[in-house]
Amino acid sequence: MARMNGTAAAETPNGLPEKAARVAYRLAWGFARVFSVLLLLGAWEWLAASGTFTPFQLPALSKVLVRIWADITTGDFFINTGLTLYRALAGFLIAAVGGVIIGMAMSRLRIARWFFDPIISVGFPMPKIAFLPVIILWLGVYDVSKISMIVFDAIFPVVAATVIAIQGVERELLWSARNMGAKEREVLWQVVLPAALPQIMTGLQVALPLSLIVAVVTEMLMGGYGLGGAMMTASRFANSVGVFAGIVEIAVVGYVMVKGMAILRRRLLIWHPEAHEPSTA
Amino acid sequence: MNALIRYSPLLILAVAWEASSRLGLVSPLALPPLSDVVTAWIDMIKDGELVTNGLTSMYRAFAGLSLAIVIGGVLGIAMAWFKPVNVLLSPIVEIFYPLPKSALIPVTVIWLGFGDGSKILLIFLGCMLPVTIGAFNGARSSERHLVWSARSMGASRLRMLWDVVVPSAMPELLNGIRTALALSFILLVSSELIVARKGFGYLIGSLGANGTYDAMYAVVFTVAFLGFAADRIYLLITKRALAWRA
Repeated sequence: MARMNGTAAAETPNGLPEKAARVAYRLAWGFARVFSVLLLLGAWEWLAASGTFTPFQLPALSKVLVRIWADITTGDFFINTGLTLYRALAGFLIAAVGGVIIGMAMSRLRIARWFFDPIISVGFPMPKIAFLPVIILWLGVYDVSKISMIVFDAIFPVVAATVIAIQGVERELLWSARNMGAKEREVLWQVVLPAALPQIMTGLQVALPLSLIVAVVTEMLMGGYGLGGAMMTASRFANSVGVFAGIVEIAVVGYVMVKGMAILRRRLLIWHPEAHEPSTA
Repeated sequence: MNALIRYSPLLILAVAWEASSRLGLVSPLALPPLSDVVTAWIDMIKDGELVTNGLTSMYRAFAGLSLAIVIGGVLGIAMAWFKPVNVLLSPIVEIFYPLPKSALIPVTVIWLGFGDGSKILLIFLGCMLPVTIGAFNGARSSERHLVWSARSMGASRLRMLWDVVVPSAMPELLNGIRTALALSFILLVSSELIVARKGFGYLIGSLGANGTYDAMYAVVFTVAFLGFAADRIYLLITKRALAWRA
């Protein structure tokens, strides 16, 4: 973006039109970015109003927005979002810390590697969600079982990414650190972990959306409050405005979470060459 | 022999499972012995329950995933190759990509009911974006030199798309499809657990509700194994398909 502005500016000879061109470019680009979204929303409202679909199949966007506003003013939105976020983030954090620890243990201790390697390589591609009824059987339908399910799903990408990341740390870095007299602990904290961080972050960026997916599914299946639970309740009462409002709310939460993670990544890896490349996340 | 040593932890876990259940360390209700689960599995294969429900589930996953691969792949390459398509679609992709796809389960049910249609639609919608993004990133990063030399040798735009851009998009596209494959199992099972009258997820739910936990465990492990096997087979195929790159 910035580079494109720079070249456009260099071609215009004097100061004022250059600025105007830049503003016009910004505006056009900004408009292009929201244009198709507005088009989509407009098409939704128009299709619903045209009567092609029944209001049950496709409630009007305006009705859905009214419902979301009602959710916000009554505070339901905050309770449900808070609960879903709490479960997803609690599970994600446990999976992140546990996954990095297991991954580090696997790359340092032979016995940990022997024990976890087949479990990870078999468990990673499995659809863990199939174990949900087993988890319900063991732990019930409340937060403990929901969070356990999220940890169970989200930990595999973190472990796999950590192992690969630590394997990929350049030998020269380790050698020079040891050569300069660093202790093993210092090598771990000051060399291995920072060098492995980009790949570990990639694993975390896979785990985070997964946590939210699983949080919503567990809420749908076990009921109770939370965005998924509220959607399921609306669905049982054939309240399709509620269902669509739920999708919009979950979409917003998901978008904010994924964007937040991308920003965090850029912050944490500001020293890394990748920080200067545009990312699609 | 090597494989035996490598996978010995799994064997140890299996033995620990059998022992803890037989010795009464855990209630056999919560964890039926492994041998009972195996017997239940054989029984369900014999009376065909597992096979019919399994075929239904596989059909749904296959149909949804195929649609997602074809449409998602075409969209991704089109976005990389035609600027207007990119301007139009990339904001929409950006908004829908982080949406937890499980949120679409109730909507697909509202649109298409309890049967195959809603599951196929859900898997299609959920799996399409990883494929699209893989194809887009792959096609966008196709080497400029290859494109230029193809152009200078007089290839038409369409020819270039087919002979240069699509092959060089392949590795990332195949990676996206792998993500989609894993996602299709997750979406399949969760949607069938929530609303279905057939399929693996339905079977797990109804067996659990009946309290026949040994059979429920058998189905759970069947699904988990199928997911694992699908991923391994896919990896083998893609290794073959990408052999020309090495």
